[in-house]
Amino acid sequence: MDKEIVISVKELTKEFGSFTAVDHITLQVRRGEIFGFLGANGAGKTTAMRMLCGLSFPTSGSGTVAGYDIYRQAEEIKRHIGYMSQKFSLYENLTVWENLNLFATIYGMNAKSIREKADAAFRALGMESMRHVLVREIPLGWKQKLAFTAATLHSPEVVFLDEPTGGVDPATRRKFWEMIYRSSAEGMTVFVTTHYLDEAEYCHRVSIMVDGQIKALDSPEGLKRQYHAETMDEVFRTVAKDAKRGD
Amino acid sequence: MSIFQSLIKKEVLHLVRDFRTVTVVLVMPVVLLSLFGFAISTEVNNVRIVAVVEQHTDETVQIIDRLRSNAYFTFEGIVPFRDVDGLLRKGRVDAAVVFRTEDGRLQHQILADASNTNMAQTSTAYLESAISYGTGPAVVSHTLYNPQLKSAYNFVPGIMGMIFILICAMMTSVSIVNEKESGTMNLLLVSPVRPRTIILSKLVPYFLLSCVILTLVLVLSYTVLGLPFSFSVIHVIWVTILYVILALGLGLLISTLVSTQVAALLVSGVMFMIPVVLLSGMIFPVENMPPVLQWLTCAIPARWYISAMRVLMVQQLPVSYVLTEVLILAGMTLLVLALAIRKFNAKR
Repeated sequence: MDKEIVISVKELTKEFGSFTAVDHITLQVRRGEIFGFLGANGAGKTTAMRMLCGLSFPTSGSGTVAGYDIYRQAEEIKRHIGYMSQKFSLYENLTVWENLNLFATIYGMNAKSIREKADAAFRALGMESMRHVLVREIPLGWKQKLAFTAATLHSPEVVFLDEPTGGVDPATRRKFWEMIYRSSAEGMTVFVTTHYLDEAEYCHRVSIMVDGQIKALDSPEGLKRQYHAETMDEVFRTVAKDAKRGD
Repeated sequence: MSIFQSLIKKEVLHLVRDFRTVTVVLVMPVVLLSLFGFAISTEVNNVRIVAVVEQHTDETVQIIDRLRSNAYFTFEGIVPFRDVDGLLRKGRVDAAVVFRTEDGRLQHQILADASNTNMAQTSTAYLESAISYGTGPAVVSHTLYNPQLKSAYNFVPGIMGMIFILICAMMTSVSIVNEKESGTMNLLLVSPVRPRTIILSKLVPYFLLSCVILTLVLVLSYTVLGLPFSFSVIHVIWVTILYVILALGLGLLISTLVSTQVAALLVSGVMFMIPVVLLSGMIFPVENMPPVLQWLTCAIPARWYISAMRVLMVQQLPVSYVLTEVLILAGMTLLVLALAIRKFNAKR
């Protein structure tokens, strides 16, 4: 198998009773790629992502993440990915450093490398003075950067970002995407869901999910050309106009 | 530091930084114990009585002297019969004794204000025994295990049954649901940490907190409240630990069933507290309940725990006397833990 393919799924399906949340999706993501996973609410993005993270088992289909099988090696997958969700879930009553230390320990890093990596991350973010501040007291934009740092400190092969920029201003979002680009340049694969279609333009490749199926998959330029559209917003509306689920 | 240790440390830091909650949790048992141990007493003291005497004889004089000297009564004097009704109505006296001589024999009648049933029953019983003293065959009664009939003896086991359910079930369920609400639980589930490590790291800190509270309760009970201290305290401790584990399991179970902190608080506060207070035998004896309610009490862990604590703490008997209770508690613990862990893992 191609070593450069980090995520590969084939005909992945998840059914809840008679409801097919994810309907035979097939996709491949290369190393270092920023892959945008778009879709309206209820299209099945979260369910698909939970299967890729080893949180839930597919009903049928096959797939590997970071070279591990999603059925048999869910525990191995968990060790090699990072995850950041839409709510910057960090512990509000712990300090910046305590949060980083906790998550790095959970991912099996030793004390020495945690210290080195955290020092480097604090320097890069300009957060050195915030080390011992409680997370609930720092501004939203910083929390987000911190959550991303916590999810990537152990240098995972893939980092899954579930609507990471919800509720923050455009300038902060811009800075956040700069962090994503840096990680991608270092060879980390980024799998990101988003509602902001301007963000979709930043991705290397984008898939659009409608009613559990992947209806379009290409680079933003390719999609725009294919649908004769000026922006990703137009592309999305053309592709998703027949959606039956969601709001 | 291992993963488990760092998760425990996180939990402890949360507890320490939530200073208010910890204070409430530590102060509550002390307040409850002092309240129930001292202030709330089911004894009836200072019953205000009057007497109506139609015709004084040696016998009536003797009886009235006994009533005057009895510590439970406050003798308000001898009044004419027509005043009795007014005095009772106005609440000036609690009971009146009427002496009448018929056919040369002394008859007596007791009139008691039964708007407070408990008080009326108790004071009537006191009065009857004070009046008939020395007439019938002598009955010598001894109250075993609690010679002074202190109400603390009755309430300490009950309070313990309540406190541990409240603290363990409520605090664990709220803290786990809090992680669900804030999304941090998702981060833990996505991480390589095993579900059982997550569960254990949640339960251990609250278990330790419960041990601190247990120490506090025991020290208070044996010193300030004056419960008899003996070797049986060892059994008290380990049966309580079993009960604490059961309560932690209940908290875990609640947390898998609800998704908001408010719901967790309501379920553990209302659904557990009310049955514990009303049906566990803490205040109302289980034996006096209608059969349906008696069956219902069997499902309430506190009933078995409190009954075991009465035997171990007050009667100070060895643990073999409460084997049934301990076995039932152990069974419930296994059942609840198994259910909770299954529910917790079932999410995928």
